[in-house]
Amino acid sequence: MLLIKITPDKCDYCGTCVGVCPEDAIELTDSTIDIDEDLCTNCSKCVWVCPIDVLIFDKNKLKDKE
Amino acid sequence: MKIDKEYDVVVVGAGPAGSIAAKFAAEKGVSVLVLEKDREIGTPVRCGEAVSHEGIAEFIVPDEKFISSHIDKFTLISPDGTEVTIPLEQKGYMLNRQLFDKAVAEDAMHAGAKFITNAYVHGLLFNDSIVSGVKVKYFGEEYEIKSKVVIAADGVESRVGRWAGLSTFVDFREMEGAYQIVAANVSVPTDTLIFYFGENVAPEGYLWVFPKGEGKANIGIGVSGEIGKTKSAYKYLNEFIDRKYPEASMLSAVSGGVPCTPSLEKIFAPGIILVGDAARQVNPLSGGGIASGMIGGSIGGGVAGEAVIENRPDKLSEYQERWEKRLGKRHRIFDKVKNGVYNFSDEQFNALAKSFSKVPFEKRTLGNLFKKALINQPSLLIEAAKIFVMD
Ligand SMILES: Cc1cc2nc3c(=O)[nH]c(=O)nc-3n(C[C@H](O)[C@H](O)[C@H](O)COP(=O)(O)OP(=O)(O)OC[C@H]3O[C@@H](n4cnc5c(N)ncnc54)[C@H](O)[C@@H]3O)c2cc1C
Ligand code: SF4
Ligand code: SF4
Repeated sequence: MLLIKITPDKCDYCGTCVGVCPEDAIELTDSTIDIDEDLCTNCSKCVWVCPIDVLIFDKNKLKDKE
Repeated sequence: MKIDKEYDVVVVGAGPAGSIAAKFAAEKGVSVLVLEKDREIGTPVRCGEAVSHEGIAEFIVPDEKFISSHIDKFTLISPDGTEVTIPLEQKGYMLNRQLFDKAVAEDAMHAGAKFITNAYVHGLLFNDSIVSGVKVKYFGEEYEIKSKVVIAADGVESRVGRWAGLSTFVDFREMEGAYQIVAANVSVPTDTLIFYFGENVAPEGYLWVFPKGEGKANIGIGVSGEIGKTKSAYKYLNEFIDRKYPEASMLSAVSGGVPCTPSLEKIFAPGIILVGDAARQVNPLSGGGIASGMIGGSIGGGVAGEAVIENRPDKLSEYQERWEKRLGKRHRIFDKVKNGVYNFSDEQFNALAKSFSKVPFEKRTLGNLFKKALINQPSLLIEAAKIFVMD
């Protein structure tokens, strides 16, 4: 389950997150960003480097599942 | 605009590294296509825009049309507010990168390279596991373009190298997540680069205030992924601006990433080379990557052109050797220095700044200060600033 949340309308498409993603799970163009649920391991590296807090590790999703 | 089905060399990304690579390849007499995903070359600017004269003069004649101010000193501000201003032996420039990137691209166009914008490369073509071209989306249409060499100059977000099986991902601790604004209504000297240090302002790095002339400044900060776990670049910068420049207005704001790592183990594979930020050719200590990316691009473009002309695909390996000799080795040393400098405590920065400020201004050559720094502190702070403006 993908636990990384992309805050809508906030991304600046800078690619910093893409540079650290070990799974190449982030697809970024000049105006879209998408995380591939099948590749993402929820490691949170993208969350830590995003300069403007677009990406969030969504704990609530874990709870929802329980 | 018409795109042919085949080029000798296809470059992905029209930043300074890609454009210089295109120019050096085209000058060898081969056909070159540059594909840029953005609508406009040079936009958005994700950069502090500072370079030394030497850093760019090797590749392009410095021209007032893309220079926003001339730099001849820098000021270090320690956590307790002690300011030390140091004259620069080598002059520098604040660029207008929107215009600079276009100027570098136009030089490459004059050399014969063709550029296409709005062209997003989303995959590679292979021929027996050798890279043989790219897949590109251009205004909603899909194209496959064959090439003898692909040059990946696709910046910090580079994926092209990975598709060719090269390991390019950056350790999050070495990735600086940056937030930067161009501010108006700020009063700063137009000839000085200002660096702020300290745990509260810019942990494990610096915050920069670089003049753009006419009451404008490029102000920004990069923080590593380790720091970013608790507080983002955005938050650090906003706190600083609200405190220091409450009257400022924003002309632009962008995020960006600086891969502050030593260069990659391998920057070529059959049919492909990586240049600039895509090859992690940024100076890991200063975060400066315009000049070093152009050095990588020039070497890579030249080798790619020769490989095509001489029909020697194996020649691409020479690119890595020549890059290692020119800067790769140096960057590994800078990376070690970085780990020393950025672990300074606030007390160490303060003591160092105090000891520098006792040296008379005219005697503040970097050499003198560095000696003093080494005597007073086991420190290499000054080397950081020196290397920043040197490359
Ligand atoms: C906030 C910040 C401040 C900085 N300050 C300085 C400084 O003061 N001095 C300095 O020397 N350096 C500085 N740097 C570093 C410098 O900006 C970079 O090193 C430099 O831009 C690298 O050039 P490049 O050509 O390799 O990549 P870029 O300039 O990033 O160009 C890469 C290009 O590739 C395009 N691209 C990416 N993917 C694709 C794709 N799939 N298809 C088509 N096109 C694609 C991108 O749109 C982009 O135009 C700073 C960086 C940041 C983020
Ligand atoms: S690092 Fe943040 S702002 Fe940059 S592309 Fe990724 S999510 Fe968007
Ligand atoms: S959480 Fe990890 S794997 Fe998932 S997109 Fe982010 S960096 Fe990639």
